[in-house]
Amino acid sequence: MNALEISNLKKTYASGVEALKGISLSVEEGDFYALLGPNGAGKSTTIGIVSSLVTKSDGNVSIFGTDIDQDFAEAKRKLGVVAQEMNFSPFEKVLDIVVTQSGFYGIPKKVALARAEEVLHKLGLWEKKDLQSRTLSGGLKRRLMIAKSLIHQPRLLILDEPTAGVDIELRRGMWDFIRELNKNGTTVILTTHYLEEAEQLCKNIAIIDKGLIVENTSMKDLLKKLDMQTFILDLETNLDTLPAFDGYIVNQIDPSTLRVALNRDQSLNAFFENLSKLNIQVKSLRNEANRLEELFLQIIKNDHEQ
Amino acid sequence: MSNRTREILWSLRTLTEREIRRYLRIWVQTLVPPAVTMSLYFVIFGSLIGPRIGSMNGFDYIQFMIPGLIMMSVITNSYSNVVSSFFGVKFQRSIEELLVSPMPAFIILLGFIIGGVSRGILVGIVVYLVSLFFYPDFTIHNLPLTLGVLVLTAILFSLMGFINAIFADTFDDISVVPTFVLTPLIYLGGVFYSISILPEIWQKVSLINPMLYVVNTFREGMLGVSDIDVTSALLMQLFFIIILTASCLYLLKTGKGTRQ
Repeated sequence: MNALEISNLKKTYASGVEALKGISLSVEEGDFYALLGPNGAGKSTTIGIVSSLVTKSDGNVSIFGTDIDQDFAEAKRKLGVVAQEMNFSPFEKVLDIVVTQSGFYGIPKKVALARAEEVLHKLGLWEKKDLQSRTLSGGLKRRLMIAKSLIHQPRLLILDEPTAGVDIELRRGMWDFIRELNKNGTTVILTTHYLEEAEQLCKNIAIIDKGLIVENTSMKDLLKKLDMQTFILDLETNLDTLPAFDGYIVNQIDPSTLRVALNRDQSLNAFFENLSKLNIQVKSLRNEANRLEELFLQIIKNDHEQ
Repeated sequence: MSNRTREILWSLRTLTEREIRRYLRIWVQTLVPPAVTMSLYFVIFGSLIGPRIGSMNGFDYIQFMIPGLIMMSVITNSYSNVVSSFFGVKFQRSIEELLVSPMPAFIILLGFIIGGVSRGILVGIVVYLVSLFFYPDFTIHNLPLTLGVLVLTAILFSLMGFINAIFADTFDDISVVPTFVLTPLIYLGGVFYSISILPEIWQKVSLINPMLYVVNTFREGMLGVSDIDVTSALLMQLFFIIILTASCLYLLKTGKGTRQ
């Protein structure tokens, strides 16, 4: 059974903006799925419809086989959503926010308190449980959003840019936590602007642009489509002139830095053999951009040109 | 009891407790001001000016004013509690906590209405206790009618506050109705006088003011006098409660003001 099934989903806002033009996608149970797209592509509208914050114009959505038009209450029980914007009272205490949220799902207080303790411990928020939420840092507020979304133990968790504005250390901690959740059986759908995040975490991916799905495949297959990768090479010594590298596109950024673009038929090893023959020593090597980022930009560019 | 019913009742309890906790936490802003304001009314209009006015409909003026002032407090507090609380959750986006949960629309409405009604009644009791300080001999003529009207009025104005909050986009939108509509209608609705003292033309004009019916049914319960027919006034209140409840549920289900 698919965790999420969306078919021909359309949304036109009252302003006349057509945010979704009939998207369809399936997310398998246990998947770690990335939903990517530029700003205004329709990601948040899609998540909004699935979580009932946005009303759909047409189409069908089902969560673990439950159609949201038939039994929204049952569908909602299986779903947890971490919204993009903070959506809790700034004056309530951390523990109260989480326990109240579980109460909205009909979970008795005794059970809710035990679950809240567990989830707040896991997210490093237990020591802050008696603080008003407005006193938390941006990163801790994000964690509180995650805690709130997990309190009813959903089978499908949707995270809408959960690490936006979070420092790298906290971000990596959140990745580990979400990875662990997925490993324990929770299906995860992630939208993010950090494409490195999507590449590292997700098994499958859909790219949405201008209200349409322009790519829907596994992360592995998508990365295979990458035509060209650009590497930056820091050299041990300065080069006065750039030697000729037959068949390779090489530019000199400065006397000790080269940029080389390799297509999918060219190996990095072969290029290094060329460098060795010319007695050029490389100190370090890095991708100019994240691989998924390059591909993402390529796909969006192609879509805009069509 | 089915699991679904248990789940719904627990979610109602959670929302209601949160609503009550909210206004009790800020009691200095919610419960104390009506007591202070009404004390001033009792001092100025009841104790100082009242004896010069004499009697109204056969009662001491301060005694005549008590039901009106209680009603005024109940109306403004039940209305403002719901309008500010519901607009607040919209503004803070914490309404999403409710919308993503399996709570049915009628439970969300009921939770906010219970919050508004409880504050209205609590403030009504506070003002009644304050009035006893100024007029210790006050006795309630018909307790069941008094309590019935108290609850119906609080429900009616909580529902109005809810609709105001649904349509409100800014803080200005939640203060316009209380300031420019509710307050003038309350003051002209027989809180301080019987419409029998007005010229005939203004008596007729007063009959289109809905506050007149609310204040007078309550005065009938507390003192046993009224300027209007109590039965039809009660039926009218019930009628408007049904219409407004249906409207609120329709607005919640269609997502007006709450969903995009």
